[in-house]
Amino acid sequence: MNTLEQLAHGFSVAFTPVDLLWCLLGTTLGTAIGVLPGLGPALTIALLLPITYQVAPEASFILFAGIYYGAMYGGSTTSILLNTPGESATIVTALEGNKMARSGRGGAALATSAIGSFVAGTIGTLGVAFLAPVVVKFALAFGPAEYFSLMVLAFITVSAVLGSSSVRGLASLFAGFVIGMIGVDLQTGQPRFTFGTTELLDGVDVIIAAVGLFAVGETLYMASRRYAGKDEIVPLKGSLYMTAAEWGRSWKAWLRGAAIGFPIGAMPAGGAEIPTFLSYAIEKKLSKHKEEFGTVGAIEGVAGPEAANNASAAGVLVPMLTLGLPTSATAAIMLSAFQSYGINPGPLLLTTQANLVWGLIASLFIANVILVILNLPLIGLWVRLLKIPAPQLYAGILVFATVGTYGISQSPIDLVILYLLGAAGFLMRRFDFPTAPVIIGMILGPLAETQFRRAMTISNGDWSVFYKHPLSLTLLTLAFIGLVGPHIWAFIEHRRRRGPEHVPGDA
Amino acid sequence: MSTINQPTAPSRLAVPELLVGIGLLACAGAVAWQTLAIPVSPLYSKVGPTVFPYLTMVGLVVLSLLLILAAFRGGWQPEEEKETPTDWKAMGFVVIGLVANLLLIRLLGFTAASVIMFVLVCYGFGSRHTLRDALTGLVLALAAYFGFARALGVNIGAGFIENQLNTAIDAIAGALGA
Repeated sequence: MNTLEQLAHGFSVAFTPVDLLWCLLGTTLGTAIGVLPGLGPALTIALLLPITYQVAPEASFILFAGIYYGAMYGGSTTSILLNTPGESATIVTALEGNKMARSGRGGAALATSAIGSFVAGTIGTLGVAFLAPVVVKFALAFGPAEYFSLMVLAFITVSAVLGSSSVRGLASLFAGFVIGMIGVDLQTGQPRFTFGTTELLDGVDVIIAAVGLFAVGETLYMASRRYAGKDEIVPLKGSLYMTAAEWGRSWKAWLRGAAIGFPIGAMPAGGAEIPTFLSYAIEKKLSKHKEEFGTVGAIEGVAGPEAANNASAAGVLVPMLTLGLPTSATAAIMLSAFQSYGINPGPLLLTTQANLVWGLIASLFIANVILVILNLPLIGLWVRLLKIPAPQLYAGILVFATVGTYGISQSPIDLVILYLLGAAGFLMRRFDFPTAPVIIGMILGPLAETQFRRAMTISNGDWSVFYKHPLSLTLLTLAFIGLVGPHIWAFIEHRRRRGPEHVPGDA
Repeated sequence: MSTINQPTAPSRLAVPELLVGIGLLACAGAVAWQTLAIPVSPLYSKVGPTVFPYLTMVGLVVLSLLLILAAFRGGWQPEEEKETPTDWKAMGFVVIGLVANLLLIRLLGFTAASVIMFVLVCYGFGSRHTLRDALTGLVLALAAYFGFARALGVNIGAGFIENQLNTAIDAIAGALGA
């Protein structure tokens, strides 16, 4: 078994004391930022990107992966105790989890979400280990046209299919394209979108974009919303040890959640919203305790979506490592970390960087073990973090935002760009535009452009390459269905529902 | 009697959303202007550096028109979001804090500028313990400067406070070494 051998080798990389320390640091930091509202893994990894100039790739990716997984664990704690989902992926956890906490079963809710995250995270990581080599075999046949079409599909799914509005999602994505194009065009050396300034020739750093949108934008938004209702922390009650009945109700939900989450995460669509909502719906349908849903809180409704969330987070790593295709903001920033090392994720990554990839996958298994320990026996510590008052929390976030951005070049221009992006982030948050597509667009847009121009150069300027290759055509068709399908579906539903009810009073 | 929850409320023009749509259209205009400014060598006439910018511009125009259309149909913001008044004062203090940071960071160095920003932002968010906030901000900024910036090898602008501390540290290190 080649995969098992590779994995064993990966463990020999990850089990060195130094890498274990990186993993511990990453998971601790990840849990902390997952718990704190207003901070997420994308922002944190962006702030830590300068570390790529200091340490070996293995170390920084083990750190980043720890943060990525840790934030998933920490986010559920906030959802359960505060009812403020730290991230979109934990919205569903808040539905039942907070109800459970309010009815005095917060301990069981935290336990089922932590153990479920462990189970699903481990299954998902196994999935990455076994699926990645398979995808690589498939991806080796991809030419530039196929890559471009695949990216188009990913663009559509991350911005148009997920989220509340395809128009706003796509607008965010296109804004990301514009930001990504700023600077010197790598193929011709022509400056683009620089408005005649020299400062913009190097482009906008992904750190500045992520910090502006996620930290400055979020802080402005939270300041403007002080009149909105405040959520209070539900004190942690109930034993962390689940009863036999609770175990019995949880384990199937974990496995179902993992089975839903991983495949959806691994598709070039990504996103944790769909699998978590799907898992919630399924658990609600299968549960023998339907009366608990929405009232006192049903444990299946926490266990399933939490597992789905973590499994899909693992799944996202498959297209990222094998195709260089990030489908979440965090994955996009990790991709820029690869670029900073001069490594191009893609089908060759698993062979050229075997140490890095398998060490990373092995460290994910270790991270899961550390995280379940960090998040159950030490839960009291994280609950205390929730008590940091909002003024100091957001002021502190801005201090770190300054370190992260001003530190890159000591240029006040960078701070100006940061604040402009922060203002944009505020407006986007205010008017319900998703921000993740901006980051994905700015990282993946230039890569898509490169593939596009490569394909067009090979075909001598003939556009038909994109629809004459069967695989490329299939991908583009899927993208088109993804863009138009939901609207047609909604239209049909609308007509059908409206039909019979429309009769009385009319005409 | 209010009829807020009436499902078929008459669709009115939503001004804020309209402005957002127009803003995006203006962005598309800026993209067009900057794309025209890209010099194109005839060698790359087929798929030169302007093809993608033009595609992006067309996309932005279409999307902003769709947004403007949605604004004319009553906008897309949920009632809850519209009814929460914006706390301009809190936002104002955050903005002043950010601008102060921008203007002072060269002059006073990172730590001092950060403390001022920290205090202003805390005040905006409703904290009235200004002295305590200043101390918290100082500790945090120093932690950020010495822990984060130095550990990551990021060279962040040193000002008066950092220089004093750096000399003090060097002096102590020198004394210990001797």
